[in-house]
Amino acid sequence: MARVRITFNINGREWTGEVDPNATLLEVIKGEVGLTGTKYGCGIGECGACTVIMNGKAVNSCLVLAPQADGARIETVEGLVREGKLHPLQEAFIEHHAVQCGYCTPGMLMSAKALLEENPDPTEEEIRIGISGNLCRCTGYEPIVKAIKAAAAKLDKSFQEE
Amino acid sequence: MSVKRLDAVAKVTGRAKYAADLSFPHMAWIKVVRSPVPHALIKEIDWSEARAVGGVLGVFTGKDFPGKVAQEKERPVLAVNRVRYVGEGVAMVAAENEEIAREAARKIRVEYEALPAVLDPLEAMRPEAPQVHGESNIICHHVVRRGNIEEGFAQADIILERTYRTHRVQNAALELETAVAVPEGDNVVVYCPCKSPFNIRRLVADALALPLNRVIVRETTIGGSFGGKDYDMGVLAARAALVAMLLKRPARISLTREESTIEGTKRHPYVLTYKIGTKKDGTLCALKVHAVADGGAYVSKTPLVTWRSAVEATGPYRIPHVQVDVYGVFTNNVYSDALRGFGSPQVNFATELLMDELAEILGMDPLELRLKNALREGDTGPTGQVMRDVSLITCLNRVAEASGWEDKRKNYGREKGYKRKGIGLACSFRGSCLGAGGEGLDAAAAALLIHRDGTADLSCGIVEVGQGSRTAFARIASEILGLPVDRINVNAVDTSRVPDSGPTVASRGTVIGGNAVLKAAEQVRRAMAGVAAELLECSPEEVEFKEGRVGTRDGSRALSFEELAGECYRRGVSLYGFGWYKAPDVFWDREKGQGEAYFAYVYAASIAEVEVDLETGKVEVLRYYAAHDVGKALNKLEVEGQISGGAAMGIGYALLEDLGLAAGEIRNINYDRYLLPTALDTGTIIPLVVEEPCRFGPLGARGLGEPATQIVAPAIINAVCHAIGSRLYEIPASLEKVLSKVRGD
Repeated sequence: MARVRITFNINGREWTGEVDPNATLLEVIKGEVGLTGTKYGCGIGECGACTVIMNGKAVNSCLVLAPQADGARIETVEGLVREGKLHPLQEAFIEHHAVQCGYCTPGMLMSAKALLEENPDPTEEEIRIGISGNLCRCTGYEPIVKAIKAAAAKLDKSFQEE
Repeated sequence: MSVKRLDAVAKVTGRAKYAADLSFPHMAWIKVVRSPVPHALIKEIDWSEARAVGGVLGVFTGKDFPGKVAQEKERPVLAVNRVRYVGEGVAMVAAENEEIAREAARKIRVEYEALPAVLDPLEAMRPEAPQVHGESNIICHHVVRRGNIEEGFAQADIILERTYRTHRVQNAALELETAVAVPEGDNVVVYCPCKSPFNIRRLVADALALPLNRVIVRETTIGGSFGGKDYDMGVLAARAALVAMLLKRPARISLTREESTIEGTKRHPYVLTYKIGTKKDGTLCALKVHAVADGGAYVSKTPLVTWRSAVEATGPYRIPHVQVDVYGVFTNNVYSDALRGFGSPQVNFATELLMDELAEILGMDPLELRLKNALREGDTGPTGQVMRDVSLITCLNRVAEASGWEDKRKNYGREKGYKRKGIGLACSFRGSCLGAGGEGLDAAAAALLIHRDGTADLSCGIVEVGQGSRTAFARIASEILGLPVDRINVNAVDTSRVPDSGPTVASRGTVIGGNAVLKAAEQVRRAMAGVAAELLECSPEEVEFKEGRVGTRDGSRALSFEELAGECYRRGVSLYGFGWYKAPDVFWDREKGQGEAYFAYVYAASIAEVEVDLETGKVEVLRYYAAHDVGKALNKLEVEGQISGGAAMGIGYALLEDLGLAAGEIRNINYDRYLLPTALDTGTIIPLVVEEPCRFGPLGARGLGEPATQIVAPAIINAVCHAIGSRLYEIPASLEKVLSKVRGD
């Protein structure tokens, strides 16, 4: 099968490469681009471990064909740290012990980021809906929900201070 | 003070490397061919077409292993001559990339001669049933006997007999199983997530006919275990190691979700018949238990799981006359293995549903019946053991108060309309660590090294499976040496660097590993205190280690931990501590079914509030309160996380998860059909941490991982029964099952 040349912006940097037309965005991010933070959990868009933000929306990268990402703006977990500082979501996850085995964490963080960008002050119910596509087997979600609520408050405050 | 998890930063930044994130130059990719039939002889394997695919490096079968491809009646690395369950590995392909390997695997033709299969465990017990191995399908039979059962029933005013059924679920950890084997000189190094790196090393060494010191297992960051990534990982490691050794290249085997569901670790389904006798006032006199566990096609952990079930079958109650028989049985279903709870959830489920029904018959509040019969300090337990550090009643009272049990029990279930609320209670006890059941060495090693600048390296043979063991160990060392946790580096397990510390199971990590760390830290402290005493001109007993400083108790003279470490080095005083901790000896009389089964027990009580939709049968968990006695919370937020995580797993077990096994084949092989609880399914979880120190725990701590899961399902099902006014005896309580009860079918 003839390979396809695609270009996308990932975490602020441009990436160009040749991919199989039936490769998924997840495979390309982990393989050709070499960012291993995003995880494979099921391959059918049910667990959310592969969640990345594409053009501002949280998507299951295992369901996006790589050529579909041509020209897109992609954000993965590796892009959360800015100038050596952890994102408030990352800090909150650590603070609230929302990380046990850590496998769902990258996808969970990206879903949370996308949620807070769309809804900066979500209720607990809205947070749960926002992460309902991300499975976690370890934490029972309680600490994750608390962490997202705390991060929302922090982000909101800093936004107001600007 | 809750210590932040040491590994958390790597995980939130995506820097943590799981086995599937590792890449080595010239890495070969492996795919496995699996049996589509439950029981058959392998007549022929034709790989000619597969070999011809460009990029294929080799095709291998069980016969290619130079050593032992399987222990007797144990799961082989690849089946030789015979397959015994659907999904059993029969051959494997190594290729330049995953796609080629998959394509080639599809081209392998296997000819099977079908044998009669037995799929029901009760049927498998009959002598005329098809035999899975040898002459009998009975793997094991454990008994507990106390008093005289006939006498016990004779004394009873009321006798109740019920049969319960639990089902097969999987660990479904988010991280799929991956093993990468890399040849390093004469050695083979295996990188994999694992619960028992030493077991994996042994399996690989046996299969490849290598001495133990030529197989090195290095623990990678693990994305959940819950009982998995043990023997199943060993099989994968052996497959990868063979390919690596034969091709002299790194070799990777990585399961897809579907493959993991088919091949991976499952919980034993049980059929349990309980017969209980009680006096009119609710005093229990007799309990007879007959339970059959479906062990599937290979022995695996069945003898150990069923032994634990036997010891805990009668629940945490005072019952003078007890007769327990638990059987483990072979069938041609996928093999059952360790899964969080390890035989406790199944019997806990039966006991607590039975107690609830009994309370109803007696006209007693379920809480009252528990309180009346609960074990107390100094009581003789069902196995004849004197029970110590018994905190059951504390847990029961704590959870009842926190949840507002009394009022809700009276008022729920009376709502008009199509939604009904219910509230249910369950309590449990669980033997700590491995016990007398014979899983093997219940000891662990830890090594602590203080460097010249006062920073530390800590190694323990217990792995981090996500439960926070590394943080707990750092906390223990920190407490003894007054050294801030961020100056302590806890290493991943490397089997060539630290002694065999057994598996990270049975919630023993904190207790056994923690105690080993404690000893290592104390050894270092003694050495440092000796030098400090000279410098501070006091006796070693007066030296205090606190917040990075070492000084006299009155605070008049002190120096920094770093300065002291430097001085120790100058004087040639060793700052290396080695701790070896062996669990207290326990014993078990197999025939009498009596003994000191476990050196300590963990107690818990929980209450679930649900809302049942009478038109759809859907059960919503509103709130779940769980009081767990952890002895001493080494890390409070982490403890709450374990309780919360255990609750979610229990909710899945009670309501959602089902492998859909039919004719030996699993139908629900991915998350679209195998349903895990999402953030919308768990309700509000309220963990209640009870701290009644256990005399054997490091700093008084008890284990928590498994108790947190086992009591959830009975609490929820009891709540459902309360809501609908009808009894369930099986899980999962799917929509169809609940609706059928509501309709009175």
